[in-house]
Amino acid sequence: MTTPITPADEPMAKLPPAELIHLTPDVFTVHFWDAAREHRLVVPRCTSCGTYRFPPSAFCFVCRTQDVEYVEQSGRGTLYSYTVAWHPLLPDVSESVPYIPAVVELPDTGGVRLIANLVDVRPSEVRIGMDLELVWRDVHDDVTVPTFRPA
Amino acid sequence: MSLKDKAAVVGVGATQYYKRGQSVPQTPLEMAGKAMLAALDDAGLAVDDVDGLALYSFGLGGDTSLFAQTMGIPEVRFTAMLTGGGGGAAGSVGLAAAAIDSGMATTVVSLMTLQQAVSRFGTSYAPRGKPGAQYSASPSPEKDFASPAGLMGPGQMFAVLAMRHMHLYGTQREHFAEVAISQRENAIKRETSLMQVPLTLDDYFNARLIAEPLCLFDFCLECDGAVAVVTTTLDRAQDLRQPPVKVTASAHGGHGRWGQAITWMNMPDEYFVSSGHRPVAQRLWDMAGMTEADVDVALLYDHFSPMVIMQLEDYGFCPIGEGGRFVADGNIRYGTGSIPVNTHGGNLSEAYIIGMTHVKEAVEQLRGTAVNQVADAEVALVTGGPASIPTSSLLLTR
Ligand SMILES: [Zn+2]
Repeated sequence: MTTPITPADEPMAKLPPAELIHLTPDVFTVHFWDAAREHRLVVPRCTSCGTYRFPPSAFCFVCRTQDVEYVEQSGRGTLYSYTVAWHPLLPDVSESVPYIPAVVELPDTGGVRLIANLVDVRPSEVRIGMDLELVWRDVHDDVTVPTFRPA
Repeated sequence: MSLKDKAAVVGVGATQYYKRGQSVPQTPLEMAGKAMLAALDDAGLAVDDVDGLALYSFGLGGDTSLFAQTMGIPEVRFTAMLTGGGGGAAGSVGLAAAAIDSGMATTVVSLMTLQQAVSRFGTSYAPRGKPGAQYSASPSPEKDFASPAGLMGPGQMFAVLAMRHMHLYGTQREHFAEVAISQRENAIKRETSLMQVPLTLDDYFNARLIAEPLCLFDFCLECDGAVAVVTTTLDRAQDLRQPPVKVTASAHGGHGRWGQAITWMNMPDEYFVSSGHRPVAQRLWDMAGMTEADVDVALLYDHFSPMVIMQLEDYGFCPIGEGGRFVADGNIRYGTGSIPVNTHGGNLSEAYIIGMTHVKEAVEQLRGTAVNQVADAEVALVTGGPASIPTSSLLLTR
């Protein structure tokens, strides 16, 4: 892999500012976000064929069943891929770079992936395939989102 | 039965290309009209001949109704738009050919007009943020699973695919640089190009990283302007001002589970690291009865340099995973490479009009009038953007 370009005084990964984070759940996604507020990571699974689907949605993409059960996850994950946002795309994030949007695969879900920030890590330490563990980020009183750190 | 060789592109036209915001005070619809008039003039046709519009990504700068009344199109007999965004660029000309082959229309205009004075595609997924914040997408339950992590632009999202390509296949930033540098070489020979200064490897590695592994020069330009393409029946094309360029094949769509692609990141592992084009490519070759070996020049949608590499793989110019080394070996260079790519300089260095400049270049190559003319070019491949479905492509022949 190509050596990433990192400054000599490489900072720890930061996080996008809380004021940019707002949720607009619908009847299918609200259970995920309600559980997140309780610091529980849940993924919907088809009650008919057992296929996990994500994001939560109206139909099983395999058998078109609508009913799901929400299966609580361990919080373990594997880094599938990521980017390091070095440049602030908006003035609102100029104090928040670098931050790391990552794609995290959850074990035992048939490959469900979450998009979440990596924390407690420097950009140059990040490796695809590394083991991760969940860290909840309480953003607002009514909003909690998952982040991950090296396990 | 297919639309193979039933229609021909007979006219192409464009406004000047501008850096973002500099086309003001023209309006997007005004530029659309100018581009259409230029394309009709190129063909030796007039507005009175137009009876169809085949579009993608809201390309008119307004609805068909407003455009038709403003331009005085006598009767609209076909108006349709591919769903999605830039993925449909090449496919809009296929849609025109389908309209013509079906008999619903005879002379169809495909068009893109773009003005990024206010809204910028580079931050098109930014959350609403503070009151009055610009450039933000409307919220949705699906975006809730991407935007809290700060994924707010397509470049950051495609960077995630590029990073995994590097991980799986050993692709290097030098390979992305070769895409940018080779296209800049092509661009600087053209008056229409916004970028006129050569790009060196030092320039590339000294540029700011935006979304690792992508730096400034891996990103396309942010532009204003309009490009129009006129397609008509092959019969009618014989008597017009320009030699006809046949629509030999076109396809659009993609795997359903490619879906929204970069904004959901749950595409199946087997093609996560791809351009999303593989099923479209297969149908294109099947319709044409050709393969990548028949292509003389490839105009591959280049919003981000790694996606050129992945399209070279998905269209079969090299094995999956070998795209980086394929470009590093000089294969995409104009004049010396085995498959010249983006001879106009592309979205990276000529202008970004959401892919319609690629159609224009393909037509000029097949007429033999391109600035960076590929000798005896007979077959040109044009692709739409690697994007959420539909992606699309077009095979033009002379
Ligand atoms: Zn099911």
